[in-house]
Amino acid sequence: MPLPPCYTPPDDDAPPDPSRRTFLIGSAASVIAAPLLARAQEQADAEAEANRIEVTLNVNGREYPLRLDPRTTLLDALREHIGLTGTKKGCDQGACGACTLLIDGRRVNSCLTLAVMHGGKKITTIEGVASGDALHPVQAAFIRNDGFQCGYCTPGQICSAVALIAEGHAKSDDEIREWMSGNICRCGAYPNILAAIREAARASV
Amino acid sequence: MHPFDFAIAHDVDAAARAREGSKFIAGGTNLVDLMKTTVERPAHVIDINALPFAGVERVSGGLRIGALARMSDVAAHPLVVEHAPAIAQALLASASPQLRNAASMGGNLMQRTRCPYFRELTFTPCNKRNPGSGCSAIDGDENRMHAILGTSAACIATHPSDFAVALAALDGVLTLHGEKGDREVRATDFHLLPGDTPHLEHDIHPGELITSIFVPDAAHARRSAYLKVRDRASYEFALSSAAVGLDVANNTIRSVRIALGGVGTKPWRARTAERMLVGKRATRDEFRKAADAELKDAIPRKQNAFKIELAKRTLVRALDDLAGGSR
Repeated sequence: MPLPPCYTPPDDDAPPDPSRRTFLIGSAASVIAAPLLARAQEQADAEAEANRIEVTLNVNGREYPLRLDPRTTLLDALREHIGLTGTKKGCDQGACGACTLLIDGRRVNSCLTLAVMHGGKKITTIEGVASGDALHPVQAAFIRNDGFQCGYCTPGQICSAVALIAEGHAKSDDEIREWMSGNICRCGAYPNILAAIREAARASV
Repeated sequence: MHPFDFAIAHDVDAAARAREGSKFIAGGTNLVDLMKTTVERPAHVIDINALPFAGVERVSGGLRIGALARMSDVAAHPLVVEHAPAIAQALLASASPQLRNAASMGGNLMQRTRCPYFRELTFTPCNKRNPGSGCSAIDGDENRMHAILGTSAACIATHPSDFAVALAALDGVLTLHGEKGDREVRATDFHLLPGDTPHLEHDIHPGELITSIFVPDAAHARRSAYLKVRDRASYEFALSSAAVGLDVANNTIRSVRIALGGVGTKPWRARTAERMLVGKRATRDEFRKAADAELKDAIPRKQNAFKIELAKRTLVRALDDLAGGSR
């Protein structure tokens, strides 16, 4: 598999890159006490750099060695550092489920966990549920049943549904609704999402 | 998020030497959320997931649930379903499947209130966040979700946990590990009333870690249930809830356990109602009298007066459903 286009291999020896944030703060502050503010920002950046932690994330069967600020959520590590943007950031506070992915086969909200806590675990994102060019049965069922409108919640819906079926929580429509309650769809595609999951669950039995 | 250093604890004594300003992280579902908004600003975050406290086991006199067990695993555990169904039901009524997969049992007991004035920094006055700054909720426009029991002039924030309510009802006991070793705290004593110090929420010292949760064997635990009333059918905090346990013989109540959720500043053990019911017949009328007595001192605010009647009906319904099985 080729590297995602925005993946930057970690490189401890890379020369310090004056970030856009540093530049903006520096220029705005030049009216007042520019050197002082710039120095404070440089110091904060240096501290953040020194505080970085090495972690290797296994995502969809591939290892990604990273050096991360411990504040980085798993969601941000995937999107901003690895370049896997299939996992979506909706509310960023565990209320919508758009960021749902699987860790060792269990569905979780990737926005509420720190990336540095997940070295050595098997992370599966929407990019990893298909087998090569063959869609996962849940993906195919979402297409057949028109289980989305804008599509933003869909990666989370599909990852959640894959886990739900594996958990055995697709025995009835009511059970599917209850066990999909952590995935919100603003477009209100629920009837078709339900139909897709019901179909995929029956096919998997 | 404020910067912090991150470490992984490989043994419980290393964890117990945690410095001031440290926070333990297990699931992170509450802590990371509050760190993003800077309500929580720990200088050190210690990952405790490598510690061996994730099991559920039968022990002498009851059930021991590891503090690192995940809510979903405990909810589905056959021992919990058989021995304390109210706990399994309370867990399943909590949050979402994703959150339950991540959130630990210890973390559930440590979770902070959902009071919007506490969670949102634009509201400067909050006695939980900034002790002495005042309470924005008492006379605020958003106090529909707030507590009616156990409130004070300093705070009316509701305790959000469902599990903690079931645990309070069933006489749970926590084991805490600290530098001086283990100590036990009753679940009903672990959460503190706000009084003048709403920023102090738990009977826990710096460096202490919840390692396990004990649920004693009892007939009223084996026959227990959790009823949760909320604005949505699922994935929502309680407006009102009741964890109840009953031991009835010849339609006379031998023992009863009741705790209320969604209405108290802490998980509300309804001892007044319990005392009234022991020795009585398990009827709707008796349940209603007990509920009236329990809610006698409730203090409503602008938007939450409905909770007084709702809490009573929740309590009566939960007991009535449970008693119905024996008639």
